[in-house]
Amino acid sequence: MFFQDMTFELFMQHLTNGISLGSLYALIAIGYTMVYGILRLINFAHGEIFMMSLYFAFYGVAMFAMPWYVAFIVTIILTCLMGMLVERAAYKTLRDSPRITVMVSAIGASFFLQNLAVVLFGGRPKAFPTVGLFTDVLKIGTVSLQRLTLMIPIATMVFLWGLLYLVNKTKTGMAMRAVSKDHETARLMGVDVNRTITITFAVGSILAALGGIMWGMKFPQIQPTMGVMPGLKAFIAAVLGGIGNIHGAVIGGFLLGIGEILLVAFLPELTGYRDAFAFIMLIAILLLKPTGIMGEKISEKV
Amino acid sequence: MKKSLLVVLILVLIASLFLAGCSKEEEDVIKIGVFEPITGANAAGGELEVEGVKLANKLYPEVLGKKVELVIADNKSDVVEAASAAARLVDRDKVVAIVGSWGSGFSMAAGDIVRDGKVPAVAASATNPLVTLDNDYYFRVCFIDPFQGTVMANYAYNNLGAKKVAIVREVNNDYAVGLAKFFEDAFVELSGDSNAIVAVTNYNTGDQDFSSQLLNIASKNPDVIFAPGNFTESALIIKQARQLGIDVPFIGGDTWETPEFIEVGGADVEGVVFSTFFTSEVPITKESEKFLAEYRKEYNKEPAAVTALGYDAYILILDAIERAGSTDPVKIREAIAKTQNFEGAAGIITLDENGDAVKSAVIKTVKDGKFTYLDTIEPIQ
Repeated sequence: MFFQDMTFELFMQHLTNGISLGSLYALIAIGYTMVYGILRLINFAHGEIFMMSLYFAFYGVAMFAMPWYVAFIVTIILTCLMGMLVERAAYKTLRDSPRITVMVSAIGASFFLQNLAVVLFGGRPKAFPTVGLFTDVLKIGTVSLQRLTLMIPIATMVFLWGLLYLVNKTKTGMAMRAVSKDHETARLMGVDVNRTITITFAVGSILAALGGIMWGMKFPQIQPTMGVMPGLKAFIAAVLGGIGNIHGAVIGGFLLGIGEILLVAFLPELTGYRDAFAFIMLIAILLLKPTGIMGEKISEKV
Repeated sequence: MKKSLLVVLILVLIASLFLAGCSKEEEDVIKIGVFEPITGANAAGGELEVEGVKLANKLYPEVLGKKVELVIADNKSDVVEAASAAARLVDRDKVVAIVGSWGSGFSMAAGDIVRDGKVPAVAASATNPLVTLDNDYYFRVCFIDPFQGTVMANYAYNNLGAKKVAIVREVNNDYAVGLAKFFEDAFVELSGDSNAIVAVTNYNTGDQDFSSQLLNIASKNPDVIFAPGNFTESALIIKQARQLGIDVPFIGGDTWETPEFIEVGGADVEGVVFSTFFTSEVPITKESEKFLAEYRKEYNKEPAAVTALGYDAYILILDAIERAGSTDPVKIREAIAKTQNFEGAAGIITLDENGDAVKSAVIKTVKDGKFTYLDTIEPIQ
């Protein structure tokens, strides 16, 4: 019954949409997972950092009339600085506090940024500027889709390759891995722990900005509360893949994006429960394999 | 350092208590609550209505020799927040009447609160019949969705020659679900074909990706897509449909008429058709002319239909207070219920036994990036 109207073409179109959405979730999920890997902290403000990046890009193009590539570079720099600022203001001062304190601070930072955006940018939605180069429609046979739908997964792969190079092949990456294992020991080995944490936030925020720019062009409408849902979904993706693990975040992102789209594609009656699907996945993974798909068992640090 | 901060905080708290206490002593003010979504997904709609209320307040600042003060409560485009915002207006601010809200769901969430608190509320553009049904304290200055659904079904069948229709609705929005249902019933009756609705698909407020829903309904080859729902999501739906190569005409309801719908939708929303309450191109009453002139002077743009309705809700309450000769909310309610042939900016208002206004509908389209008047449909007697 499910397959009555499902042609191969239609299925491929659904799948491309799913991969494209999954790529965006993956980019945001990496930010959650990296911070968790290093601080054992869920950075609840990450969705808001993502949202802010969209406003930076909007104001760059719409208000200051920058060419899009300049605006996007400025956006990435500003978002990166904001990520570091959030870390400095909300987390660094609480470095030695109990984990629950830091988590409350994270939730506070999230609400603060959201309301700041309401005050600064207003509650009414704005139209995100589109760039013809990316948003034009491509026709392949009878199938038409946005160029961006194909570009997003490719761009995500490139960014991911860059990230893995940074983490696995550079000295900074080695420091990150060391800090994620044990702060004290890393410090004894001469690693500047605070600097490494700041860099982690910077990298996570840069990826959020990249995801944000692509998100904005694909769904060209921005408002202060828009970071909440993508943030939550990406968080679920990170948990799904095994929080703390970069490969896991990417796999989780793709699974969630494709799963959501295919759920609607095959079971149209369930379209209203799309968000519920994500949360059911979260509950299921927590019950069946709490460490996530790629996660390893982490023994509690003393 | 920390101690001094605490002292400052306590001082601020005490000061704020003192200030709040002061304002209570001003007895010569009549407070009217404005219950609207100022932030969140429906913010643009709420703001348009608030513009109308503020303009009306500027033109008619006094009643019974007392100054009217507006108390704006943000329901944050959320039904849970809506209930607490309404409770704040009733219990804390002690308003004598309430205007709003944009969005039937928020008005319905406030229904029990205004009834139990015995404060009359006048919705501007909430069109779901359940808002006023069985609630003596809720009224509205607009038509209701059974009529709006019939108007759009007629338009699809007669003007667009549609035989098969697909529906995309915002499933967590009472307004959209209700309107979709009334449209469906009317269209099935018109076409005499019980399978005339080929697909019904859902989405949630705040969703941004509609590709899978759209591909699904496109595979059923509808002649028209009816998509009642919030303006930004609707604009994104139409945009994504065009990107996916779906060129079926879209029609919708009154919620589309916000500047954001055109800003977000751009060239893709050209030619869409929807029903609404009022058009600035054909002024109906003397009050319409006054409203149009003052609005254009104040805001330097053309007013939306819901702005005119927000304006009407305010002046209707003022008229009721005057007729009641009292600021007692229960007496004001009685006066509102008796409203007959009241001249508003968006037409003549006579409230029926449910507290609904019976009015004509206006059909508009988007042409060259502007909302353009197409037709007026008289109410069914």
